Amino acid sequence: MNVADWVVLLGTIVGIAAYGSWRTRQVRSLNTYLRGNAATGWGTIGLSVMATQASAITFLSIPGQGFESGIGFVQNYFGLPLALIIVCAVFLPMYRRLNVYTAYEFLGQRFDKKTRLLGAGLFLLQRGLAAGVTIYAPAIIISTVLGWPLEFVIVFTGLLVIVYTVTGGSEAVALTHKWQMAVISAGMLTAMVVLLLRLPDGLGFTGAAHVAGALGKLQAVDFSLDPSRRYTVWTGVFGGLFLSLSYFGTDQSQVQRYIGGASLREGRLGLMFNAVLKIPMQFVILLLGALLFVFYQFAPHPVFFNQAEWRRHAQDGRFRAIEAQHASAVAQSESAIRLWLQARASDDAAREASARVAMVAASHRTREIRAEAKAVLVAADPRAKTTDSDYVFITFILTQLPHGAVGLLVAVMFAAALSSKASELAALGTTTTIDFWRHFRPLAAGDEARNMRAARRFTALWGVFAVAFALFAGFAENLIEAINILGSIFYGVLLGLFVVAFFLRRVGGSAVFFAAVTAQTLVIVMYFSLDIGYLWYNLIGCAACIAFSVALQAVLPPRARIDEGRAG
Amino acid sequence: MTPAPRPDERSEAEPPDVPGFRTWRDVYLFVFGWFVLVVILLTVFTGIFS
Repeated sequence: MNVADWVVLLGTIVGIAAYGSWRTRQVRSLNTYLRGNAATGWGTIGLSVMATQASAITFLSIPGQGFESGIGFVQNYFGLPLALIIVCAVFLPMYRRLNVYTAYEFLGQRFDKKTRLLGAGLFLLQRGLAAGVTIYAPAIIISTVLGWPLEFVIVFTGLLVIVYTVTGGSEAVALTHKWQMAVISAGMLTAMVVLLLRLPDGLGFTGAAHVAGALGKLQAVDFSLDPSRRYTVWTGVFGGLFLSLSYFGTDQSQVQRYIGGASLREGRLGLMFNAVLKIPMQFVILLLGALLFVFYQFAPHPVFFNQAEWRRHAQDGRFRAIEAQHASAVAQSESAIRLWLQARASDDAAREASARVAMVAASHRTREIRAEAKAVLVAADPRAKTTDSDYVFITFILTQLPHGAVGLLVAVMFAAALSSKASELAALGTTTTIDFWRHFRPLAAGDEARNMRAARRFTALWGVFAVAFALFAGFAENLIEAINILGSIFYGVLLGLFVVAFFLRRVGGSAVFFAAVTAQTLVIVMYFSLDIGYLWYNLIGCAACIAFSVALQAVLPPRARIDEGRAG
Repeated sequence: MTPAPRPDERSEAEPPDVPGFRTWRDVYLFVFGWFVLVVILLTVFTGIFS
């Protein structure tokens, strides 16, 4: 990175954070601090919802997924539009009618205090743990490739987000989200344009897409019913529906983005904005990864993209031999691809078929050498990090983009990290204040200034906790999956609580509380003992919570006798 | 300090005030139709390039 990159990076990231803090420094109303400006329109709400979900991991790992496994991951988002329709029709009107600050207040009003605390507790546990990952994930990658100290990146990101989130609360979060999304969109568009311009002459988008497709990277949909396959249309629609419903309907970091605003209409249109754009957006990011794969078929590239890790261990002849084999295999693969393209243009079906077989075999050989490289790495050090797909896109950015654009793309990663982190911190601070602090200090509920101070302190505290957690914890290598797995373990039961609340009017607080505890235990036991796609745990947790609630309610005394007068 | 419920919150029957859509149900049907179209397009894309 040169001076131009630094100017772009610091100008955008620090500039947006400073602007957010300055514009919201006068926030004195608890309502504005926790729910944002009451005049917020649907565009801001929509961008804020999108920015909350789009973490830095989205822009680092997903192109890597496209590169490594193809674009099938897009199916993971198939349940999202359906879930958002349900949130718009059922969840959002109820939250606005009850005028709650958190989703878990609704549980208190519908059931009782213990169920509200359980819902809020599950959220804090899941989101609090994920908070460390969302700050660590981009930091480890950025610090590795840029050679910056990991601790510096974590602390810099953490302090920046803490300052503006604590200063302006939800209003600052929504305000900065708009500008961060502008940076992200501009950066990703730049990367895509540069990538298309860097493809070999005459190949173009269509030719590159044909190469990617022939090498198995463009299977967007898979209708297989095999439950062991991680991404299919069915896991996407059903598992993804439950995951998205839990995330958008019951996770305070999202609920807080849309319960404020000028009216119910603005919240609904903001969510529909996401329902329409999310799948195309994820498709484009994955396609970028698949096109990166094609680009690297024609360009020299390392056998292992996490070069810092590779160099740390590549001390002997085995590593040099692997590098030489890889360079030779890449050259053969490029040659085979060019022959296939010529055969394809010749309209000779037999020639095209045999050239395709040769091309796939050459690509397969390259893949085998990459696998061998990882095996050699593990043989040298069993604790070596062997997943390098997260480093593919950032390697492209640093080696292929012009100066200025490099700074912009690094700013994209920071903007995405800050945007998701800010929503998390605001939500964690709000839930701790409203659902726990006020629960144990009911006399303080009427003191707005004291509530504001508490909300600010808890937000700052969660920020410090996330930074400390990121500094001292070790994390799984595939970070996007780690977050999704964590979410799938807890979200299903949390959603179950809300489904019972909305649709099973006869079930009372005690039945749903013990059902949720049992269902959560069951999901955790199943996770450690079974090998099934993790998205199914959303469905299992939700279904178990509902079924246990109905069963328990059948044997418990009628709801009116045990829950009357407990609403909190 | 939690504000009182909003008895005057605009109801489900309130039009979405979006050109071409008379009710929220129309908006939801449009979004659902868009989702189906996207899945179809992705299936076609898979068929063309795989």
